[in-house]
Amino acid sequence: MAEPIIAVRDLSVAYEGHQVLDRVSLDIQPNEIMVLLGGSGSGKSTLLRHIIGLEQPDSGTVLVRGVDINRCSPKDLKDVRRSMGVAFQEAALFSSLSTEENVGLPLRELTSLAEPVIEIMIYMKLAVVGLAEARKLMPFELSGGMKKRAAVARAIALDPEILVFDEPSAGLDPIVSAELDHLILSLKQAFNMTILVVTHEITSAFRIADRMAMLCNGSLIAVEDKESFKASTDPHIRQFLDRIPDDITETAAVQEHLRELAGMTRGKS
Amino acid sequence: MNAFEDIGGVVVQQFAYVGGLTDQFWSGLRALPRVLPFIGRRGRWQTSVRQMAAIGVAALPMLGIMAICAGMILALQGGAELRRFGALRYVIDLVAVGFTRELGPLLTAIVVSGRSGSAFSAEIGTMMVTNEIDALRVMALDPIEFVLAPKYLAAIIMVPCLTVMCNVFGITAGAGFMYLSTKMTFGIYLRYVFDSIVLRDVLSGLVKSLAFATIIVQVGCMEGFKVQGGPEAVGRATTSAVVKSTFLVILADLFFTAIFYLAGWQ
Repeated sequence: MAEPIIAVRDLSVAYEGHQVLDRVSLDIQPNEIMVLLGGSGSGKSTLLRHIIGLEQPDSGTVLVRGVDINRCSPKDLKDVRRSMGVAFQEAALFSSLSTEENVGLPLRELTSLAEPVIEIMIYMKLAVVGLAEARKLMPFELSGGMKKRAAVARAIALDPEILVFDEPSAGLDPIVSAELDHLILSLKQAFNMTILVVTHEITSAFRIADRMAMLCNGSLIAVEDKESFKASTDPHIRQFLDRIPDDITETAAVQEHLRELAGMTRGKS
Repeated sequence: MNAFEDIGGVVVQQFAYVGGLTDQFWSGLRALPRVLPFIGRRGRWQTSVRQMAAIGVAALPMLGIMAICAGMILALQGGAELRRFGALRYVIDLVAVGFTRELGPLLTAIVVSGRSGSAFSAEIGTMMVTNEIDALRVMALDPIEFVLAPKYLAAIIMVPCLTVMCNVFGITAGAGFMYLSTKMTFGIYLRYVFDSIVLRDVLSGLVKSLAFATIIVQVGCMEGFKVQGGPEAVGRATTSAVVKSTFLVILADLFFTAIFYLAGWQ
């Protein structure tokens, strides 16, 4: 197997005594689409923030292209970040800039390309995501799906090796969501990118994934190809795939509270 | 024991805050050359110019009215006392020296803090909530250089300019008072003004205004960068930015006034 392009080793993170990630290890190979699944509060967004270098872990390492992003020099970190594009859940477009200015920002800031070349590149990137006609619009004039596609255009502006998506389908209707899945697959084919997608949308995950990983209560419980994942007998994975709800009234705290409420009602009557 | 722990905790918190501010100040200072025209990065200077319009030009009408009112109040209060000693002419010294050394910089700082300091924290706080600051960091762009430095450059240019304008408006209000009470012409009034103030009065006011501009920008931006959560956190940051920057401006005013007094500038 090739050297992983992203390697997470024994990553542990705790916030105010609560263990969010517990010795998580994950390898992502070049040119694959890895989908990271997990329920709300499972730690997937925290893992993503560590992989893109926005947070410092309590222990463990994150290696991107062989560089430890938490202990490298600022110059190495800058190089790593230039090789990585991130499309945030809420798109994170700069509200004071138009769509084309948003896409052109990394080109203008991080390259010495001439302005006409930058304008051609902006047009090309927006055309890839189907937004060439909307390039003059401001972010508040774009729909939810258009914002996410604009964020993708900005993320691929510098032709990164690695593309990271945080909840790409969240808040979108099924048709727009399917369009985004199609876009992710096209990007992988056209640009040979390594793509990491964090999501809890099962349909979308099976449509795009080469391999899937699942986080549960801060621990990685599976890293498998999608067929093995689909056939898994692990109770947490089955519960997630078969959409079986937790019985929240079974927890001791809720039972105790319900008993207190019942006592208060009897006391009043 | 708990009281000691609480006091210690608060003291440590305040030291950490000042440490954070100092760290941010040096980062901002280092980033300033990249915002300058010709030698800076493309586009940054234009951002600074837009900020100058927002901080300076847009604040001028409000500052002008406040300075005229403050100048008139100072002249009326001073005039009421000085008239009893037949020393009404010294109202001119009071207004001219009071504004150039003290009221001009302070009034300007309060207006800029209320208008722009709160706007900085709201803008950056919203950028934190919507992940725009994270987006900058993952694009290998420094938020200090990209967001703070243009505001800082704009403030250290515009706040001294506004201070000069505030002095002009305040002193002109004094002329109005002197004309109404003694029929003193504007020309004679100006001659007395120039007799009463010296260059170092104006310079000490401008030094203060530079320090106040630094405080307002650094505190406003820091409160914005600290935002976590949703819109209510942005609201809290905005309030906090105005309260803390006004408090620190007054502390800095005392500090500089004491320094100038000890140095024999006053």
